[in-house]
Amino acid sequence: MAAPKKGRRQSAPGKPGRSLVFILIALVALTGGMFLSGHTTPRLGIDLAGGTSITLEAKNEPGQKNAINPANMNTAVDIINNRVNGLGVSEAEVQTQGDKNIIVNIPKGSNEKQAREQVGTTAQLYFRPVITQAPGQPTPEPSTSPSSGTDKEKDKDKATDKATDKATDKAGSPSSTPTSQGRAVSEALKADPTPSASDKAKDKGGKKDETPKPDPATAKLQEQFTKLDCTDKKARAEAGRGIKPSDPTIACGKSPDGKTWDKFILAPAELNGKDVDDAKAAIKQETGAWVVNMEFTKGGAKKFSNVTSKLMKQQSPQNQFAIVLDGEVASAPSVSVVLSTNAEISGNFNQESAKDLANILSYGALPLTFHEQSVTTVSPALGGEQLKAGLIAGAIGLALVIIYLVAYYRGLSLIAIASLLVSAALTYTIMTLLGPTIKFALNLPAVCGAIVAIGITADSFIVFFERVRDEIREGRTLRPAVERGWPRARRTILVSDFVSFLAAAVLFVVTVGKVQGFAFTLGLTTLLDVVVVFFFTKPLMTLMARKKFFASGHKWSGLDPERLGAKPPLRRSRRTAPPAGPVDPKEA
Amino acid sequence: MSKLGNLGARLYRGEVGYDFVGKRKIWYGISILITITAIVGLAVRGLNMGIEFEGGAVFNTPKTSVSVSQAEESAEKASGHDAIVQKLGDDKLRIQIAGVDIKKSDQIKKSLAEDLDVKAGDIDADLVGPSWGDQIANKAWQGLAIFMVLVVIYLAIAFEWRMALAALIALIHDITITVGVYALVGFEVTPGTVIGLLTILGYSLYDTVVVFDSLKEQSKDITKQTRYTYSELANRSINGTLVRSINTTVVALLPVAGLLFIGGGALGAGMLNDISLSLFVGLAAGAYSSIFIATPLVADFKEREPQMKALKKRVLAKRAAAAAKGESAEAPSSYADEEPEDDAATGDAAPAVVGPRSQPASRNRGRGRPSGKRR
Repeated sequence: MAAPKKGRRQSAPGKPGRSLVFILIALVALTGGMFLSGHTTPRLGIDLAGGTSITLEAKNEPGQKNAINPANMNTAVDIINNRVNGLGVSEAEVQTQGDKNIIVNIPKGSNEKQAREQVGTTAQLYFRPVITQAPGQPTPEPSTSPSSGTDKEKDKDKATDKATDKATDKAGSPSSTPTSQGRAVSEALKADPTPSASDKAKDKGGKKDETPKPDPATAKLQEQFTKLDCTDKKARAEAGRGIKPSDPTIACGKSPDGKTWDKFILAPAELNGKDVDDAKAAIKQETGAWVVNMEFTKGGAKKFSNVTSKLMKQQSPQNQFAIVLDGEVASAPSVSVVLSTNAEISGNFNQESAKDLANILSYGALPLTFHEQSVTTVSPALGGEQLKAGLIAGAIGLALVIIYLVAYYRGLSLIAIASLLVSAALTYTIMTLLGPTIKFALNLPAVCGAIVAIGITADSFIVFFERVRDEIREGRTLRPAVERGWPRARRTILVSDFVSFLAAAVLFVVTVGKVQGFAFTLGLTTLLDVVVVFFFTKPLMTLMARKKFFASGHKWSGLDPERLGAKPPLRRSRRTAPPAGPVDPKEA
Repeated sequence: MSKLGNLGARLYRGEVGYDFVGKRKIWYGISILITITAIVGLAVRGLNMGIEFEGGAVFNTPKTSVSVSQAEESAEKASGHDAIVQKLGDDKLRIQIAGVDIKKSDQIKKSLAEDLDVKAGDIDADLVGPSWGDQIANKAWQGLAIFMVLVVIYLAIAFEWRMALAALIALIHDITITVGVYALVGFEVTPGTVIGLLTILGYSLYDTVVVFDSLKEQSKDITKQTRYTYSELANRSINGTLVRSINTTVVALLPVAGLLFIGGGALGAGMLNDISLSLFVGLAAGAYSSIFIATPLVADFKEREPQMKALKKRVLAKRAAAAAKGESAEAPSSYADEEPEDDAATGDAAPAVVGPRSQPASRNRGRGRPSGKRR
């Protein structure tokens, strides 16, 4: 019957060798990359590897008594989640505990310090007009003990008032040469530290023009400003701590060169983080420089255009507003035109600093202040014992699959198993490499996703094999059967994999945390399935079809035409079913 | 021994086959029954939500020498709920218990203190909000909705809207059954469960799509022939892909079963169990629905089309004529090697499946062209 006709017409099988070499190279490259990068195992999620658990406690800020409510807590959870999960595959868990605690679990192997900074940084973001700016060293008198911290609490009350009175109606002042070149906010931080900071400070001030104030407060602020030593870390941290957003304050910030510090006296906050809708780092086409684009919410845009219209008329440094993150000036762009919804911050950014600032702007809007209450190391939620049992169970399941495939597909199962192995190797190496690059962490759901993927991957082979066998049943010899079965199997595989991938992609985009990591795994394995089937299974099958063992329909090849019940190629009048007769018992 | 291979061949040729489509009323009935049971179960018993959804209590103990598993045992004993115990630095323990309120939490604290041999005052008890699980669940639902919309659009383009609709119904059916099983049996719903459920989405559809793909191919030139009605072709598609469906389902279920029965079963509750359980139920439901629900539904929808009605009429008329002539309906086929068992196998259910015609109409297209060029 459709037996071995060697040297039959070549049915355009393409160049199977090439694809196989391609896959081989890819595998070697990935494995090599894996060893080169020094990561030979995937990063594990907190449920498998344990990690660090940080407990944050919301603090009541002066002036915002009822800020700690479920709504704000949930917003905070969202924001922290965004910060620590970045790409969404690092598997950190963020949840509330009690009414005012948030627990953040970070898997072992992440950059814990950085994570703590991101989480623990209770990022409160404000936009404050600049009153005075000076280089960070204690200006005139070096004496200053950077003690600061002390009596802010009191100061601020007074401080507020003063600031206000200063406000010598900027409105009147003639605009200081807006150098606007169509650009939104131009030249961030220009270090143009006005000398005699003191004097200036007085002239300007907040926008509210009101009641005249007692000088003492201003003086005090001024005095603190003078003493402030921004090069001292402690002083920096304490500068302006505990000051209400509605009060003027002092603060430090990196100067544009990123090495030295500048210090500022800042007016009351005009906008806060909640007014920022989104921020992104981008490269500006014309100049090729990194900039940060901000988008404000509706309310924010209104306020922002108010501020900018006022600021643009000021002279340096009062034409700047400072973006203050947790008391530190992240950036102090000057304003040259009135802006509302969108704004661009340019300056001395590189990619990283631009992204950092964008992150701060978009995720920095924590509605509450948090304090790190405790940081502990936790064991994996799933004991080692259980993980081991899970892996053993997975292995047993896999063994069963292999036994089943061998029993049913005989020789063909070799191809299936080889493909599964290639697929597994690709998945493993890629997951491992994604650990350091996008912080991908393998957690239990991801492991389960990978195990389920065995089914999806195997399904592609099964579809293909069944197609080929169908062709053989129609009386074709193996080689044409492979070539004819493939296009149809290919379509089925693509259509169904697309559905699977769609599910994964939607979940990845929409969901958070664990589900996202899982969706990522599923999408990845689906893609790899397509790659493996196209570049490995099919070419291998083409090659195998040339081997006598398969082509002749050896009874262990899984392609024995008789057992498949093929019809004789030409004569269709009688079924050949029994001729081969009793010989071979089982076809799976 | 196993005649499975042969069976595959005969299924493929349509010599044998089960009349899935013809008996669809039975399957619809069964599915409706299951669905109603699921809904009733859900309404009456509700779902047993885990700590991530319900909130619950978290106890932080001081340093203790008690092991994690011992602590787990005593926590479960004290609360009657599943407990998750983790070791923190310096031998402290964190114990999480779902669905516990303040009153109960004090009680548990006391009994924990006894069991762990520490002072009750030293155990911190905190009630955990359900925000995390809620967030996951909400977004999962959102994802589900978006996915359904997209997939229906995609299937409507790749196939046709009737198939898209049928696939959607089958999908909802799977989810309902899975959720129903959870309600009835009282398994705890955790994020793991949600994840498992979401996997089913893709997988259940995957299965359905394979059958639809074959159906689409077979019915390409359906109006040009008078041998089969649409339902009959649909049935052939199911039977033709039956071996594949069985194989795929077995291959998918084996590892999951391994996780469920060996991994989870031996070690009690855990996320492993949660995920594999919902996967197991969902995969089984998905395999069932693609065969018994999705395809018969397509046939039902299709046969409402005037074209298909006309075809059916023609086919039946032709058969009647042939029967009158005392000939097999399949006579025109040059290879009319009827096998008696075919009739036996399919019973009297439908003449549909009887035909041993070796190929559907479309199969012949492309014959003689160089292989591999044919789509």
